[in-house]
Amino acid sequence: MALLECRNVSRHFGGLRALSGLDLSLEQGEVVGLIGPNGAGKTTVFNVITGVFPPTEGEVLLEGRVLNGLKPYRITQLGIARTFQNIRLFREMSVLHNVMAAMHPRCGYGLVDALLRTARFGRREREMRDEALALLERMNLADRAHDKAGSLPYGDQRRLEIARALATHPKVLLLDEPAAGMNPAEVDELVELIRGIAGDFGLTVLLIEHQMGLVMNLCERLVVLDFGEVIAKGTPGEIQRNPRVLEAYLGKGVV
Amino acid sequence: MRKEMLLPAAAVALLYLVLALLRQAGVIGIYWGQIVDLALITTIQAVGLSLIYGFAGQFSLGHAAFYGLGAYVAAFITRTQGGTPLTFALALLAGAAVAGIVALIIGLPILRLRSDYLGIATLGFGIIVKVMLDNADKLSPVLGGARGMAGIPRLTTFHWVFWLAVLTILIARNLVNSSHGRSCIAVREDEVAADIMGIDTTQFKTLAFVMGCAMAGLAGGLYAHLYSFLHPSSFDFLKSFDVLLVVVLGGLGSLTGTVVTSIGWVFLLEGLRDVLGQQFLDWRWVVYALILIAVMIARPQGLMGGKELSLDMLLRRRAARGGADHGAA
Ligand SMILES: Nc1ncnc2c1ncn2[C@@H]1O[C@H](COP(=O)(O)OP(=O)(O)O)[C@@H](O)[C@H]1O
Ligand SMILES: [Mg+2]
Repeated sequence: MALLECRNVSRHFGGLRALSGLDLSLEQGEVVGLIGPNGAGKTTVFNVITGVFPPTEGEVLLEGRVLNGLKPYRITQLGIARTFQNIRLFREMSVLHNVMAAMHPRCGYGLVDALLRTARFGRREREMRDEALALLERMNLADRAHDKAGSLPYGDQRRLEIARALATHPKVLLLDEPAAGMNPAEVDELVELIRGIAGDFGLTVLLIEHQMGLVMNLCERLVVLDFGEVIAKGTPGEIQRNPRVLEAYLGKGVV
Repeated sequence: MRKEMLLPAAAVALLYLVLALLRQAGVIGIYWGQIVDLALITTIQAVGLSLIYGFAGQFSLGHAAFYGLGAYVAAFITRTQGGTPLTFALALLAGAAVAGIVALIIGLPILRLRSDYLGIATLGFGIIVKVMLDNADKLSPVLGGARGMAGIPRLTTFHWVFWLAVLTILIARNLVNSSHGRSCIAVREDEVAADIMGIDTTQFKTLAFVMGCAMAGLAGGLYAHLYSFLHPSSFDFLKSFDVLLVVVLGGLGSLTGTVVTSIGWVFLLEGLRDVLGQQFLDWRWVVYALILIAVMIARPQGLMGGKELSLDMLLRRRAARGGADHGAA
């Protein structure tokens, strides 16, 4: 059984078909790339999976369970995490607290524990803090733990988005253009990071990216969207030679 | 008690002893004593709104209505059940509970929505409460309606006010510094992102709103038994604006900012009344606007700008300054 599956999923915005008839299935442990020109509907795929914009038609399933109709926070608690193309950190909170906020569903204590500062509260706060610091260490952000998230440079903010998503303990990680705005050195570092965390945390990754280099390096399989429809699927090598893909990209002048 | 709590606890106890002694000795007379009490009551109320607006980011324009609800409920109980310390304690509890429950009833449908409907809804609620209080004598003559409610036993003492203010601040501080508090702040910062991080945003908006309104209700009960007289005009929309101003001036997301500003605010108003006389009441809106403009120019992030004041920090700063002076010498 596929870990994550989209069955004939469509999403309309008024008369606009942002996504039509998407079939997609991710197996446990895969790293799959989702590419396509601007406005192709890539972010919409993430919004549909995470419940931000429920599908107009079709079904999304996680481990065989239908997610349609669930609130985003429930879907996240079931094991899907994501980052945002237009970074959406909790800007006024510290870097550390951004990560800890995402641990709330498994904080393990109730309001009364918090108000009375019980022993359980103290222990879980320490544990969550240590776990968050370890995640920040992993994402090379440990020295910024106590800075405001909004004060970080762009590349750091992108990595913090990933750290925060990991803090939800996901099975599936959705990364929306994680390298956007990064310089080539940062992109190389990011490729290694994503490869590393996918392995260590046993993650299944769906990755949207514009930078071909990153996708070719990281993904075993690619899905290409254009005007809301899948126009090609295959290995990076196959996709590079696919005439429809070249046309879609050249037509928009991207490549 | 944990070690890091010892110093603040000692400071609070010392403050209590000094203030209590000064009042006993008559150094702080009845007039200024009541202003101290009012300042602490305002603090309780403002800390409530600080949770709602400063931390959870939910814009409420009806805070004074919840304050009034608590005041009338508590006053009704002591007027009808007698003014013993026990009935007073129960009356305060009932005032807070009723305000909290009404907040829950209003909040649940509205806080589901991802928008600023709360401001409009609480504004409407404030008007409804005012009209109801104006006509409350039809419900029970004790409530007095538009003529006001008189003969409330004067049970609010400095001891009650001081320790309930400490309790309120402690509850707010413990909430804010917990996973639940982080969830509230996350909702304020970015509701969509909070949702996607697994946080039930409706739950935390409701939590902050209910707790904040219950605090307003508690403050109202204390207020009712401070002057022994209540009038509906003390709880209209403009009074909600007062508290909102305090919270914004103190800096959104700073509890200490809210506390310091609440106390400073009450004393400033009294001071201005002293200097300008009773006609000040006619000018207060001009003064408000000027203060607001001045602060927004000098410190647009509010007094504390989301940071907290701590004894530690003050001591460290003193030490650092001492060290620097030393170096210069
Ligand atoms: N919330 C929305 N309301 C209306 N149209 C939208 C919305 N979100 C996306 N779209 C439209 O759907 C199409 C696909 O957008 P998107 O998924 O963001 O593309 P991509 O991520 O591939 O660049 C675009 O035409 C976009 O304008
Ligand atoms: Mg996009």
